[in-house]
Amino acid sequence: MSEITPIVMPKWGLSMKEGTVNAWLVDEGAQISVGLPILDVETDKIANAVEAPDAGTLRRKVAAPGDVLPVKALLGVLAPAEVSDADIDAYIAGYETPVDDASGDDEAAATYHFVEVDGIRVRYASRGEGGETVLFIHGFGGDLDNWLFNLDALAERHKVVALDLPAHGQSSPRLPGTTLADLAQFVVKFMDALEIGAAHVVGHSMGGGVAAQMAVDAPGRVSSVALISPAGLGEEVNNAYTEGFVSAQSRRDLKPVVELLFADPGLVSRQMLEDLLKYKRLDGVSDALGALGGGLFAGGRQGELPGRRLAESGKRVLVIWGAQDRIIPAAHAGNAPAGATVKVFDDAGHMSQMEKANDVNSLLKQHVSG
Amino acid sequence: MARTITYREAINEALAQEMERDESVIIMGEDNAGGEGSPGEMDAWGGVLGVTKGLYHKFPGRVLDTPISESAFIGAAIGAATAGMRPVAELMFVDFMGVCFDQIYNQAAKFRYMFGGKAVTPVVIRTMYGAGLRAAAQHSQCLYPLFTHVPGLKVVLPATPYDAKGLMTQAIRDNDPVIFFEHKALYDLAGPVPEESYALPFGEANVVREGGDVTIVALGRMVHTSLEAAEQLAAAGVECEVVDLRTTSPLDEDTVLESVENTGRLVVVDEASPRCNIATDISAQVAQQAFGALKAAIEMVAPPHTPVPFSPTLEDLYIPSAAQIADAARKTMKGGKH
Repeated sequence: MSEITPIVMPKWGLSMKEGTVNAWLVDEGAQISVGLPILDVETDKIANAVEAPDAGTLRRKVAAPGDVLPVKALLGVLAPAEVSDADIDAYIAGYETPVDDASGDDEAAATYHFVEVDGIRVRYASRGEGGETVLFIHGFGGDLDNWLFNLDALAERHKVVALDLPAHGQSSPRLPGTTLADLAQFVVKFMDALEIGAAHVVGHSMGGGVAAQMAVDAPGRVSSVALISPAGLGEEVNNAYTEGFVSAQSRRDLKPVVELLFADPGLVSRQMLEDLLKYKRLDGVSDALGALGGGLFAGGRQGELPGRRLAESGKRVLVIWGAQDRIIPAAHAGNAPAGATVKVFDDAGHMSQMEKANDVNSLLKQHVSG
Repeated sequence: MARTITYREAINEALAQEMERDESVIIMGEDNAGGEGSPGEMDAWGGVLGVTKGLYHKFPGRVLDTPISESAFIGAAIGAATAGMRPVAELMFVDFMGVCFDQIYNQAAKFRYMFGGKAVTPVVIRTMYGAGLRAAAQHSQCLYPLFTHVPGLKVVLPATPYDAKGLMTQAIRDNDPVIFFEHKALYDLAGPVPEESYALPFGEANVVREGGDVTIVALGRMVHTSLEAAEQLAAAGVECEVVDLRTTSPLDEDTVLESVENTGRLVVVDEASPRCNIATDISAQVAQQAFGALKAAIEMVAPPHTPVPFSPTLEDLYIPSAAQIADAARKTMKGGKH
């Protein structure tokens, strides 16, 4: 029986209790390799593909499209051909979905931590163990949950840390300054507080600008740089997005703005908008975001271009972009330093770490493993 | 960071945080402290259902225990607001509004207008409403339509702990008189609420459940009853979109219209008496502005046009139920064009 591998409902993020099976991507009897996307699942936050946990033959589809199932429920069964159908039937009949008994508050306490850096309370998540650390920095208006699909994958072989930048997520709504250099300096201090010597730094959008700036200003603290739709490689930026994000107070105003982030606007769920509004309503957040957006993107242009100075840092660089990015044009990938690995996905927008999570995870794993 | 607290605690926390932030915020009301036969100030009740408990001693001199004279202390609160304070007055049951109504609808509501915008009246009047507590006809009414009718008043009806805190914060910071309705049956409802302060803007309805077949518009306690109905209907393959109005003045018509334009069917649920209530108002707005989108006649679910019964059996029958809402939704699915 031990050769049977269950495919179960994943848990993408703290609030996920159940998911809806959208479609199977492979047929029964198909040979599956590790990491192959095998079915699409949708939560109240987003849709994504579930990857094969192991290699084998897909012997049985247990869940059908449309089924709403709890986290860890059995979706399908992988097993080698020599396992009999009877054994598979017995396995399915005997499978009990483990109870997700951790209450939300306890689970949050275990998943998220807080540390004070320069008088600013910073929320962060930390997973996995290993010699080298991978540090994730989200973009403007984002938070560490933007890495929902990525942290666990990278934590398989590395220590993974993701933070909420100042005035983002659940960190204090105060800024250390409004330049990429100020934010980069702050993140280095955050690394000091957590006693992280050097890290592979993964940055998205504005966080990509911060990562590049860190490589330039504090090269000793940066092992390599991975940039996803980053700021800092070119001047253009969609100011309608940053300004619209800051000013939107209602779901109706925010929805068209957030839809700009994705190639498929259908990925923007009610829950995603509600979570963003809850964050934006916190005292001090709107003022801080306004100041930051005004500082970084004055006159509708990016004022700082640390990505153009990455060559002099000598770091290994990975640049990932979605061709349909409507916030920062994918053409900026052409400004990546010589020798950088560059991947542009045709069917992704500004959020390729969510839209192409599995591919991005493979690229990141390869990149941080050198 | 969000943790789970009750509706009652959420209101208390908003009051405490705003009192901390702004010294002009004061609380006035009956049974805040002492009372006949009690040991006096040491026995701070925090109002009849304990919503302001703990604030009397935390903010010395800023939680005023008033006599049982609504016309006096509501008038005093409105006067203090015009003189620069931000009073939050607790008018125990909305049913008692009659004795101080002049102060509210003919004075507080008119000051900004009569003084050419030069005067502001940042008063909040907290009050309990709704049936279900076996408190009989004089303590169980839903009188928010009366206040919604008066220009110059803002009318707020939170349905969840998160909304209760954010709307109370907004109510205190708002420069107009706000009538803040708290449903007695919701005080013990628990939900996630951020520790930090946040203001929830007025006039922004909340789509609490998405669905493409029928729009259910509700407010206050009826939001939860409607969600229950939506759950029952989903099991039968009917997907309801549930819209919580949150505030009836200002009213977020756009969210309602947008939803009805999508579903083509509307059920409005209101715990207030059926004539001239919020359900009739929403129905009229939709019939006028989105008639072309409607695939069936609008349904309204409200109690019968009678005082709230004291008989427990009759009181339970009086309150709109999930079964009634589900029936109304099914009716819209049967009738009309498809």
